[in-house]
Amino acid sequence: MLWPDLLEITLRSLLISLGATVIASAIAMPFGAWLALSRFRNRRWVIAILNALMGIPPVAVGLIVYLSLSRSGPFGVLGLLFTPTAMVIAQVIIITPLIASLTHQICRELWFEYHDLLISLKTGKWHRARILLRDARRGLITAALAGFGRAIGEVGAVMIVGGNIDHATRVLTTAISLETSKGNLWFAVSLGGILIVLSVIVSLTVHGLGKTERGGRW
Amino acid sequence: MIRVIWQCLFIMLAATVQADTLRMAVTTSFENSGLSDVLLPEIEKDTGHQIQLIVVGTGQALKLGQAGDVDAVLVHSKAAEIAFVEAGYGPYRREIMYNDFVIVGPVSDPAGLGKITTAVDALHAIAAGGHLFASRGDDSGTHKAELALWEKTKMGHGGRWYRETGSGMGTTLNVAVAIGAYVLTDRASWINFGNTGDFQILFEGDPMLFNQYAFLPVSDRRHPHVNARAVQEVETWLVSAKGQALIGQYQLDGQNLFFPNAEPRP
Repeated sequence: MLWPDLLEITLRSLLISLGATVIASAIAMPFGAWLALSRFRNRRWVIAILNALMGIPPVAVGLIVYLSLSRSGPFGVLGLLFTPTAMVIAQVIIITPLIASLTHQICRELWFEYHDLLISLKTGKWHRARILLRDARRGLITAALAGFGRAIGEVGAVMIVGGNIDHATRVLTTAISLETSKGNLWFAVSLGGILIVLSVIVSLTVHGLGKTERGGRW
Repeated sequence: MIRVIWQCLFIMLAATVQADTLRMAVTTSFENSGLSDVLLPEIEKDTGHQIQLIVVGTGQALKLGQAGDVDAVLVHSKAAEIAFVEAGYGPYRREIMYNDFVIVGPVSDPAGLGKITTAVDALHAIAAGGHLFASRGDDSGTHKAELALWEKTKMGHGGRWYRETGSGMGTTLNVAVAIGAYVLTDRASWINFGNTGDFQILFEGDPMLFNQYAFLPVSDRRHPHVNARAVQEVETWLVSAKGQALIGQYQLDGQNLFFPNAEPRP
C-alpha cells in the first residue's frame, strides 16, 4: 500500500465517522435532554431500551442496513449500498443510542440542580432543554467522543454495507482486516496504530476547541 | 452545526455519483493475488470504465449478483455458476482463466502427502490419521471444491480434526498456520500470502485440482439498473488478446499464477 493510499483511507475513515458523529449528535442530544425533562407513562421502558441499544451488535446493524439498501430491499432504488453514505447510515444507527443515553444521564443530573430555578422562571420545555444542553456541554463533548470512538473503531457493519472497495469505501478498520487476511500482520498492526493516533488527535482537537481540560479550570 | 451536517452529506453524496463505474463481485484470489492491480488500471485506460471490486467468496458473490447489487461477478465454481445462469440471474458464463488448487501443510508432513499421487488419497490420508485440517466453511469456490473432493473419499469429515473457519482464504491460512493444519487453497492466494510460517505446498498436480474462473454478467432484464453495455465492454477486454496476454504474463516470485483460456464467444 502506498502513502497516498494510506492518507486517502485515513481521511475517509475520519470523514465518515465525523459525519456520523455530527448527525448522531444532532439527533441524540436533543432527544436525551427531552427524555431527562419529560415525565410520561412508559419513560422507564424508553430508557431501558435506549440503554440496551447502547450494546447493539454492529454486525446486526450492518446486516439490517444491508438488507434495506440492497437492490432487492425496500430502499434499493436509491443505489446506496457499497457507498460511503451507507457506512454513515450504519454508524449513525450504532452510535445514536450511545450518545442519547449518555446525554440523558448527564442532563438528568443537571436537571436536579436546575429544576427549581427553571420551573420558577416559567421556561418552556425546549427552552429548558437548550439551557441544559448548553451548560452540560463538556459532558456532551465526552459523549460525542465516545460515539466517535465507537464509530471509527467499528469494522463489522462498515465491511458489510461498504464492501471494502479500494478507492471508494475502504477505511482503516476494513484495511486492517484485509491486510490480516493477506498475512501482512505487521502492516495490519501499524494501521491499528494510525487508528489510535487519529482518535487521540480528534480528542485533543475537540477539547482544544471546547477549551476544556485546561490547567486551572475544573 | 446544520451547515456542517449539510456539508458532510454533500461530500458523501458527491462520492456516490461517479460516472461510469461498474461494480464487480470477485473471488478473493483475484484481488489477493495482485492480478486485479494489474488488470484494472489497463481496463480503465482502454475502456474508460472504472471497476469497483467487492471481494467475497464465490457463494456470496453469486448472491450479490442475484440481488442485483453488482453488475457482474468473477468466480470459480462451475456447478454454482451453471445454476445461477439456469435460474435466470445471468445470461451466460464466460470462462476467462484457470489455475489450480494445492494442499499446503506443516513441513513435517505428518500425513505423508509427499508419497501420495491423487488428491482423493491425500484427503483420505489426512482423515484416516486424524490430522488437523482447516476448511473454509464459507460456501466459497474453494470450499465447494473441497467438499466435492471429500465426497469422493467416501469418508466423513466431521471429527475434532476438521476445523471450519467460516472465513476467507487468507484468514483460513492464518488459522491453519497457527494450529498446524492442512488446508486446501488456490495457488495464487498461497503464493501471495505473507504469514506462511513453516508451511509449504505438500500436494499438487492432480487434474482433479483444476480451478476454472469465469465471468458472469448480471441479467439486465431482471435488474434494469445494471450497466450492461459497460459489462459487455469489460468482458470483451478480458477475452481480448491483450487481456489474455496480461493474465498469462502475471508472475509473482517467478511463478505464473493464472493461465488464460478464454474461448471464442459460444
